[in-house]
Amino acid sequence: MIRLESVTKTYPGGTTAVKDLSLEVKQGEFCIFLGPSGCGKTTSLKMINRLIPLSSGRIFIDDVDTMQQDPNVLRRNIGYAIQGIGLFPHLTVAENIATVPKLKKWSKEKQRSVAEDLLELVGLEPDTFIDRYPSELSGGQQQRVGVARCLGGNPPILLMDEPFGAIDPITRNRLQDEFLKIQDQLKKTIVFVTHDLNEAIKMGDKIALMRNGELMQYADPTTLLNAPKDQFVRDFIGADRVLKGLRLLRARDVMQDPPVTILDEDDPSEVKARLDQSGMPWAMVSNAKGRFLGWITADELEPGKSVRETLIPPEVTAGPGTPLNEALSLMFNSAIGTLAVTDREERMVGVLSFDILRDVLGQQAADLKAEVKAEAKAAAEASASNETQGSGA
Amino acid sequence: MRRYVILFLLLGVLCGVTIWATSLGTVGIFRMATPTKVLKSTLRHLQIVATAEALAILIGIPIGFLVTRRFFRFVSPVLVGLANVGQTIPTLAFIGIAGVALGLGYTAAVVALFVYALLPIIRNTYAGLRSVPPEVKEAARGMGMSAWQIVLRVEFPLARPVIIAGIRTSTVVNVGTAAVAGMIGAGGLGDLIMSGIAVRVTQLILQGAAPAAALAITLDALLGGVETWLTPRGMRRTQRG
Repeated sequence: MIRLESVTKTYPGGTTAVKDLSLEVKQGEFCIFLGPSGCGKTTSLKMINRLIPLSSGRIFIDDVDTMQQDPNVLRRNIGYAIQGIGLFPHLTVAENIATVPKLKKWSKEKQRSVAEDLLELVGLEPDTFIDRYPSELSGGQQQRVGVARCLGGNPPILLMDEPFGAIDPITRNRLQDEFLKIQDQLKKTIVFVTHDLNEAIKMGDKIALMRNGELMQYADPTTLLNAPKDQFVRDFIGADRVLKGLRLLRARDVMQDPPVTILDEDDPSEVKARLDQSGMPWAMVSNAKGRFLGWITADELEPGKSVRETLIPPEVTAGPGTPLNEALSLMFNSAIGTLAVTDREERMVGVLSFDILRDVLGQQAADLKAEVKAEAKAAAEASASNETQGSGA
Repeated sequence: MRRYVILFLLLGVLCGVTIWATSLGTVGIFRMATPTKVLKSTLRHLQIVATAEALAILIGIPIGFLVTRRFFRFVSPVLVGLANVGQTIPTLAFIGIAGVALGLGYTAAVVALFVYALLPIIRNTYAGLRSVPPEVKEAARGMGMSAWQIVLRVEFPLARPVIIAGIRTSTVVNVGTAAVAGMIGAGGLGDLIMSGIAVRVTQLILQGAAPAAALAITLDALLGGVETWLTPRGMRRTQRG
């Protein structure tokens, strides 16, 4: 748990970067510091691990004042990842990841096994990558190593300063998804700085929206979008709230159970009978372990051919944490306009279809209409009361 | 590979010239230097250069390091400027001044060459340390490395190739400069060259110049090897590409 109490940063020149910031990040919570550049979000982040000294106020980690600890010891227990990544070019991937373990004087074997485990976790094949140098990796791979390195000392807290800022949008999206899955598993307490609203809404449990060093609103994404506190927040969030609302929902919130599921060893004629009976044009195929293999359509089933030969492998799948706006664009790439939702082990957990998304959109549009009406009504009442006051005077 | 062929050819030629000049024994009424004298002069030459260089490394690297630190950073423009201007002072004048100030002989030569080597070493140490990307240092600090750990585990390893390049350049330049030191009676191959010039015997000049050139080429190749060897493996590719 991280608690900031009236944290202020004033520079010698007299500029105030952060003004009286108080907030609490609970254990296992993913907190985003969001705001335009120069709003003090990075300064706030760096005050947590004392890279920037506080001017006044206090910061507690698990109820211990950070000022009472040796800064280097404090930092070794807080993962730190930055936009520039800052991998050490003269060290191998393994040595980079084991930076904090080495500082903590863990044994050589343990350092190595930590590097292996973390590479696995961030989706890089350990045997291929562990002894490479950063210059031999692509930008996305370097970023993954950066994430692995910040997890190196197994810290309970992670501070991340636009860690996915400098990479192309497609890779960034994928890294975000993967990082969410990792977080599902590890449940770290995270403070994450970004200026990208989409990223904030996608990743955060809580968003701290900042402006000119002040906290404007600290709330979960839904509240921020649906109940912006003032005009600044409203403007920052933008006008197209309905489509943005899709980002708020995750696949797991609206997905349906797979209507017909079959095993890859099933007899084709039996499958055909089951499809006819259910009235569905397709079924989802998995192996005996529950791993999703692809789709099978009624049209293509032939008595002589096994299920395995006829199935259409999935080009794309969504995870339970995929936001619906991304699910929508993935759907266009799916063979049958339906998107399978699979978990980390690629077991199928549900499906998403255009129909489901249309219903969600319709519901949100209706909500927004009602809200706009209410706002108009309130405005009309306000101006009416102004008029009465004016005539009275 | 071709580099080495040329290198060895050149060394072969230079050694050949030295042996040939020595084998002449006498040219006219002038006696050539004996093989022992050539060997002794070469070693003396190497000694002058090595002593000056070692002192320059011992003092130059710490100075180069200090001026990159916050408290001394204000000195760095002055120092870099001084280093650049220092390089433009003619070698001859420099050694002459040292000889006048410190008295003729070995010490004056070493001091002159030391000052001459010091400036490029300071400059390269400074440049190498400054070229370490700030995000790399920030990451190191953010992960809990102490100031000294950052210097020793991150900054110096990354600056090492540039620092060694400075040592290499100054060494090679000083092998040449040390020949001029013969003028102030420091010994070394400059002695042979000076007497050759005095009596106008080209063979005698060559007897001193050829081993000096061979020495410069050999040291350059050796230090080039050291440079590659001490460049962290992960940085070699990017430096070539």
